Amino acid sequence: MKRLAFIAALAFAAPAFAETVLIRDGRVVTNTRAGVIEGGDVLIVDGRIAAVGANVTPPRGARVIEAQGRHVTPGAFAAMSELGLADVSGSGAPNDASLSDEEIAAAADASRSFNPNAAAIAVTRVDGVTRAAIATTTSPSLFMGRGALAALDGGDDSVFAPRAFIGVELGEQGADRAGGSRAALWPTFEAALRDAREYPQRYRSGQGGAVLSEIDAAALQPFARGQGLFVVRIERAADIRELIRFKRANPQLRFAIHGGAEAWMVAEELAAAEIPVIVDPLSNLPDRFERLAARLDNAALLQRAGVRIAIAPAPGTVDAHQARLVLQLAGNAVANGLPWDAAFAAVTSGPAEIFGVADRYGSLRAGAAADVVVWDGDPLEVTSAPVAVFIDGAEQSLVSRQQRLRDRYRPQ
Amino acid sequence: MTLKFIAVIAAAATLGACATTAQTPAAPAAPAAPAPFASTYRAPASAPVLIRGATILDGTGGERTGDDLLLQDNRVAALGPNLSAPAGATIIDATGRFVTPGIIDAHSHLGVYPSPGVQAHSDGNEATQPNTAEVWAEHSVWPQDPGFSRAVAGGVTTLHALPGSANLFGGRGVTLRPVLGATTVQEMKFPGAPHSLKMACGENPSRVYGGRNSSPATDMANVAGYRQAYADAQAYQREWAEYRRKLETAEEGASPPTPPKRNLEMETLVGVLEGDILVQWHCYRADQMAVAIDIANEFDFEIAAFHHAVESYKIADLLARENICSAMWADWWGFKMEAFDTIGENIPFVHAAGACAIVHSDSEVGIQRLNQEAAKALADARRAGLEISRGEAWTWLSRNPARALGVADQTGTLEVGKAADVVIWSRDPFSVYAVAEQVFMDGALVYARDADSPPASDFELGQAYTEIAP
Repeated sequence: MKRLAFIAALAFAAPAFAETVLIRDGRVVTNTRAGVIEGGDVLIVDGRIAAVGANVTPPRGARVIEAQGRHVTPGAFAAMSELGLADVSGSGAPNDASLSDEEIAAAADASRSFNPNAAAIAVTRVDGVTRAAIATTTSPSLFMGRGALAALDGGDDSVFAPRAFIGVELGEQGADRAGGSRAALWPTFEAALRDAREYPQRYRSGQGGAVLSEIDAAALQPFARGQGLFVVRIERAADIRELIRFKRANPQLRFAIHGGAEAWMVAEELAAAEIPVIVDPLSNLPDRFERLAARLDNAALLQRAGVRIAIAPAPGTVDAHQARLVLQLAGNAVANGLPWDAAFAAVTSGPAEIFGVADRYGSLRAGAAADVVVWDGDPLEVTSAPVAVFIDGAEQSLVSRQQRLRDRYRPQ
Repeated sequence: MTLKFIAVIAAAATLGACATTAQTPAAPAAPAAPAPFASTYRAPASAPVLIRGATILDGTGGERTGDDLLLQDNRVAALGPNLSAPAGATIIDATGRFVTPGIIDAHSHLGVYPSPGVQAHSDGNEATQPNTAEVWAEHSVWPQDPGFSRAVAGGVTTLHALPGSANLFGGRGVTLRPVLGATTVQEMKFPGAPHSLKMACGENPSRVYGGRNSSPATDMANVAGYRQAYADAQAYQREWAEYRRKLETAEEGASPPTPPKRNLEMETLVGVLEGDILVQWHCYRADQMAVAIDIANEFDFEIAAFHHAVESYKIADLLARENICSAMWADWWGFKMEAFDTIGENIPFVHAAGACAIVHSDSEVGIQRLNQEAAKALADARRAGLEISRGEAWTWLSRNPARALGVADQTGTLEVGKAADVVIWSRDPFSVYAVAEQVFMDGALVYARDADSPPASDFELGQAYTEIAP
């Protein structure tokens, strides 16, 4: 009997087809100019948001969910993760988040590794995270591969933006991998960009690349021509200034910073240079020399200066399992001075903007994908949890294997 | 150690049996031979403090409203309604705020893996052989670790610094006060706190040594390693007992017997067998914890706590029966096989079984917000239908870790006579938005959020960023 119930629940867990749903009477956080709508409604039709506002009339046959004043928000967007790239990160288990061949670094393509059935996908989704940037984060090269954007509904077509960005190390770790010094790192990076721009001529002529293998040069080419986003891991104020100078000399290239522990020291310049920062609000220790000035109000100071921000774990702590904690990170940013709306945006619309998909994700507006979460409390509060999660309009199961284990061992 | 043993050692010292090395074979000291590296911590002098109007989670499981809290002479002097302020007392109106005992982290590597994390600072794992019971974490602690000040700002007033988990026996752990401005580890040592012995189950030791094609390479060799070490310790214990018997029965005027050579590794293990050193055992999986319990029973020692213990919920009744604490994270998982079965309800399920549940950090980041980890566990408990109050949940953060560290008679609750280790929170500490506004250690204000003080660590003093305002 117990087994039968389990199978029935599994069947329910399969993604439901898109239906027409009206979520009524919520505290609707839109992430648009409409702001927060008290007593607001959200209408979902064919996987998209059809209407947001007060007193939306449900179409005939719509399922109505009474939010009873609870928070109704866009799903959270993990701005950096290894989700779906490893079942278990260590223990000698296969780990697709880690590269080991210097010849295939820029070319590595996380979208080809993504496993929508990894246990972490459901564990993350049930905590209200509906989209994620996924990337290989360990590499023997200063290039860390091309990252992708994925939905966390467990579907076969989860990856909706392959090769959306390329990771590059331009700080301590990058120096370690490219010539042993920042003095060698930047010329190496510039040479790599030249190799990519001059692909395929210099490879076909037999000249070869100055620093890149042919396969890496081919992969890097669109980024080197300004057709893709470089996500630069960089922390130190002086290194960030170097990046700003570099961007000034290469205005066609697009950059976002991941890390930026000392970014508050160059906040005005970053705002002027229009370089967004993916920041970790818990980063406050001088645990590396490049992070000596790390402080808890970094996110607040950047936002105040007009820098576009998103929130994610710092480089070195991005992992395959705990992307769900991004809402807690945002809550801590609020505790240290970031306004609530800005903090919530930094884990929803902020990442969508940085990755260029804000027209579809990260906000509740007519026409956007219906990634909607109904919460039992303030979504940034550690005690809160979703009571309903929709991805592309399909209501998701709120059961992961952790709930199965809980139920198996629940005290009698 | 028995009183008799102490007397015998004192006698040995008087007899000049080994005048130049008149020290005890096991950890605790005879009066004539004080333990080395003794604590020089001094509770700071401070005026009485009367805290009024707060909601108080008293650490014993209770939540009180309408009570005042008086701190005087380093102790909790009174807890009750309408207390009057002694002369010279600082009166704090904490209306709308929360007061708790200081947080105690039973598992930290602050000081032994300090910031910045350069190779020269990697002092936490003596990963050169599987049994290094002879090393002491306190000899790796760098008092200038900037992490100590961050921990205090998170409401931490006591922490246990441990060696890492590369070895079966990693060495002795030490209970510290995060004394800001301390220049020596002795100034930070919690007076009278027992040492611990860090042991490690599972993947870490077998990976480290198996990876070098040496033993232990498997779980079964881990177990053989623990058992052989304790069997050796028993032999060492007998050797010293025999020496003491000869000393006691030596004829007047005869030359005293030669003491056995001290073995620092064995001294630590004998300290465990004699109950003077508390076992803190890194162990994730339920089956491994059950084997560890059998080993402890075979050699007749106690386990103070399993650390990490992500599967404690599977054997919560056994842990309750054996009176062993579990020091746990709220939700870490997936980073290795033995951490795959984490559930958010681990801490509350252990609590509900009547076993001792502890929220620990094992992290220089996590130690700064252990209250949030407890909050997550409490919220998951309630969603799972368990009735646990805020007051009860706070026992995971102070009373229970105090018990596992052997300092529960000193701190961990706001009972009269306990150390005045107190945090005033801006709001309900089971909220992500709560911050510690004021932290008292032994009755002295050691942290105030609104104070603009220079960095405590010499390392941070005068760095470019501490000289400029944002």
